Amino acid sequence: MARVGVFICHCGENIARTVDCARVAEYAATLPGVAHAVDYRYMCSDPGQRLIETAIREHGLTGVVVASCSPHMHEVTFRRTVARAGLNPFLCEMANIREQCSWVHEDREAATAKACELVRLMVEKVKWNTALEPIHVPVTRKALVIGGGIAGIQAALDIANGGREVILVEKGPSIGGHMAQLSETFPTLDCSQCIMTPRMVEVKNHPNITLYTYAEVEKVDGYIGNFAVTIRKKARCVDEALCTGCGECQSKCPQGKLKTSVIPNEFDLGLSRRPAIYVPFPQAVPNVPVIDKEHCRYFQDGKCGVCQKVCPAKAVDFTQTDQVVTEQVGAIVVATGYDVMSSGEYGEYGGGRYPDVIDGLQFERLLSASGPTGGEVKRPSDGKVPETVVFIACAGSRDRSHGVPYCSKICCMYTAKHAMLYKHKVHHGQAYVFYMDIRAGGKNYDEFVRRAIEEEGAVYLRGRVSRLYQKDGQLIVKGADTLSGQPVEIAADLVVLATAIQARPGSDALAQMLKVPYDGYGFLSEAHPKLRPVETNSAGVYLAGACQAPKDIPETVAQASAAASKVLGLFSMEQMEREPTVSVVNERTCIGCFDCERVCPFGAIEHREIRDRRGNLLKVVSHVNEGVCAGCGACATTCRSGSIELRGYTDEQVFAQIAAVGV
Amino acid sequence: MSYAYFPGCSQQGMAAEFDRSARSVCDRLGIALSEIPDWVCCGATPAHATSHLLSIALPALTLAKVKDADAVATVCAACYSRLRIASHELREDAELRARVKEAAGVECAGEVPVRHLLDILCNDLGVAAIRERVKRPLAGLKVACYYGCLLMRPPKVVAFDDPENPRVMDEVLAAAGAECVEWPYKTECCGASLSLARPDVVCKLANDILREARDAGAHVIAVACPLCHTNLDLRQADVARQYGVRYEMPVLFFTQLLGLALGVPEKGLGLNRLIVSPKPVLEKLAAA
Ligand SMILES: Cc1cc2nc3c(=O)[nH]c(=O)nc-3n(C[C@H](O)[C@H](O)[C@H](O)COP(=O)(O)OP(=O)(O)OC[C@H]3O[C@@H](n4cnc5c(N)ncnc54)[C@H](O)[C@@H]3O)c2cc1C
Repeated sequence: MARVGVFICHCGENIARTVDCARVAEYAATLPGVAHAVDYRYMCSDPGQRLIETAIREHGLTGVVVASCSPHMHEVTFRRTVARAGLNPFLCEMANIREQCSWVHEDREAATAKACELVRLMVEKVKWNTALEPIHVPVTRKALVIGGGIAGIQAALDIANGGREVILVEKGPSIGGHMAQLSETFPTLDCSQCIMTPRMVEVKNHPNITLYTYAEVEKVDGYIGNFAVTIRKKARCVDEALCTGCGECQSKCPQGKLKTSVIPNEFDLGLSRRPAIYVPFPQAVPNVPVIDKEHCRYFQDGKCGVCQKVCPAKAVDFTQTDQVVTEQVGAIVVATGYDVMSSGEYGEYGGGRYPDVIDGLQFERLLSASGPTGGEVKRPSDGKVPETVVFIACAGSRDRSHGVPYCSKICCMYTAKHAMLYKHKVHHGQAYVFYMDIRAGGKNYDEFVRRAIEEEGAVYLRGRVSRLYQKDGQLIVKGADTLSGQPVEIAADLVVLATAIQARPGSDALAQMLKVPYDGYGFLSEAHPKLRPVETNSAGVYLAGACQAPKDIPETVAQASAAASKVLGLFSMEQMEREPTVSVVNERTCIGCFDCERVCPFGAIEHREIRDRRGNLLKVVSHVNEGVCAGCGACATTCRSGSIELRGYTDEQVFAQIAAVGV
Repeated sequence: MSYAYFPGCSQQGMAAEFDRSARSVCDRLGIALSEIPDWVCCGATPAHATSHLLSIALPALTLAKVKDADAVATVCAACYSRLRIASHELREDAELRARVKEAAGVECAGEVPVRHLLDILCNDLGVAAIRERVKRPLAGLKVACYYGCLLMRPPKVVAFDDPENPRVMDEVLAAAGAECVEWPYKTECCGASLSLARPDVVCKLANDILREARDAGAHVIAVACPLCHTNLDLRQADVARQYGVRYEMPVLFFTQLLGLALGVPEKGLGLNRLIVSPKPVLEKLAAA
């Protein structure tokens, strides 16, 4: 005979405001099989949980129904409570009378009646619950980090220093990401390269890190603790083992002649040109060139081959082909970063039409000692040192007409930095900043902006720029100063647009491969915005850096370390416990149609051969890989022979609930 | 393609040359325009400044009469804007359709697209076809194409060219052999709606536009709106009084320039109706 305990939570006022909890408890007590029913103000609190534990012991309960919030919120909490009292945790069920009742109804009578009904359904279900034991799966204690910007570098180093192996996959020819392109960094103005390159070198030399650059993840199979990833190493056409990084090849490449080269240098965002065989920047890791086949004469018309002739190490190899490797890993950190909106998308400010309207990253290159102008601020059109520079914040961000309603978060800070660094380089120059609001929340951030205004003389104008056009070799910037209520017109030599931070193109495809949700802008979604900011809803996949949302370096590094600590936590076990609420196949009745395989979104269905004693094949049936199954139940509802059952949601349990509706 | 032509009231009076030149040009280019029978005023600013319903109902009266045409063709930027917006709203909003039916007694679902002649020239006919039919190319003539504030806005409803840097008129007149200058005031407002209330403001705006066109090296300004035309052509004397600059800048409808290139006789273009005569510029060009 079942002895069910029912515990009704008020959730403070959240439930009690609309549902008469005492009455629900009274009603529950009358249900057949219910041995004990009680209501309490906060069931999830310590005394609340103790109330449940005591009741289980005192009344010898065989099942528990907690009527409170969504199981998403507290199912784990209450299952642990029940376990502490010696009951199998899967004998505890939750009736959701908050999200699905009190929060969405106003009529107290009707809501109370509905709460009673929800409780009744769960009581009927729990009578059919059986004790389930957690599943144990082995954990491969090796991590994959995708993306070698500062986020990926930090995560890889932390995991490697924690004693676990890491595979770092970077799409470009070098690690470093956007941080390697920056000049100096707010709020302390330390040189980006100086703080970055030691870390890059550490990655390369770390015994626990395998670095694949110029490589991409092509396929991900498996599940938490047991992923199989396929990585394509694109052909560099330069043997990494032989190359000494002497640079002969790039200096002799005929496509790289200073005057005639037409190949835009991506690292300088098109502000300079590069050869067809190149190392993206002097501090690149690895310091091994790649051949850009699209622009290489050898690959285009079979002529040339100069680089191969001049290479003293005989490292250039035109016959190299892509290599595909498979690696087993237990966890994945995604750190693929961001892109900036091209200024070309801002036609109204002449972006893409006027050479002296550039974006923030391009200005970083103009400020950088390793940049195209050697760190002198010279404008792209004619190399003149600009005496007046206008910075326009929120060029794209917070602008619905450009499809970016969100704030890019870092632009207020880097624009202040730009105004400051410009003044450091061009003492007599004048910087103007058009802004909507100054968002400088962060340690020493507002002080930094004040310094740009008060000590470095940047003129901040609160308002939007309405029109921008070229005239007589200058850019006429018309806008409003909404604080003084005056229209302003500035003749500038250079205009820098703080264009929006956007997700990388292709981030959606990557997310789909990893089964990680993403938002409408392509940023990857964390599992919970507050409480699980580095996990994703795909178990074993973690997020770090600007691939999740616009972020500055301190925040990126903090998140990367957090992701690393989650990975190390997972790797602290040799075996991992998983919830037993997965599907099981009745092999005797399975007809082997494999409809279940077609509907399974997780690839959890395997084929199993049934043989007789002599080894003759009798039939092939489906088998659920318990490590992969996420318990969605799609297979169970599809199975035409009724051979699949989802543990914790068996036919008996579900039918018992249905039968209890409306009685 | 068959076009139901909406001439518009301004084109019956002040800007009669716009209507006349448009018809001549279309005739030359083989674009068949059949005038919408019994069309009424689009309501322009007076209507939409008075009542939203009125601003939709008036165009609906005309649009409801359009039968068997692929599109409604207009030349005036304001007519275009009003008809296009009305047709858009009627298409999207069933409740508005019902209210219009009650107020104006007509049923109009905004099914026939409303098109501007520039859109038709560029996108239906194509500039290559224009180039083929040019008899007297406008070689050496530097034109500042002025679109005004209305023609390309609001972009969600109009959307036949880049609202910030439109090119259609430039392309049409380039096909006619003219050299279209790059200048920043293509879509600036001329202040037309302040014509009577604040002539000082309008004068300043006209001066800005004329100055920028001159500085960009233009010989003439081409327009697609009778109000822009009046303001820029008629106000040059006021501008001279207020700012001391005499521009003598001819302001022509794009159809007049195109007509010249296609060999339409001057009578068919109404060049004599312009205040600042284009004659000196055109003669100099012919002599060169
Ligand atoms: C103009 C400007 C100035 C800035 N100045 C500052 C500053 O002064 N201070 C500060 O704190 N922050 C600054 N920032 C912000 C800073 O750039 C970011 O916080 C930081 O770069 C984020 O690092 P990340 O690793 O997340 O992304 P990224 O730097 O974008 O790195 C991502 C890496 O992943 C790689 N990748 C992408 N997709 C794949 C794939 N599918 N497979 C493999 N690899 C992939 C990329 O090639 C790249 O190497 C600035 C940003 C801008 C735009």
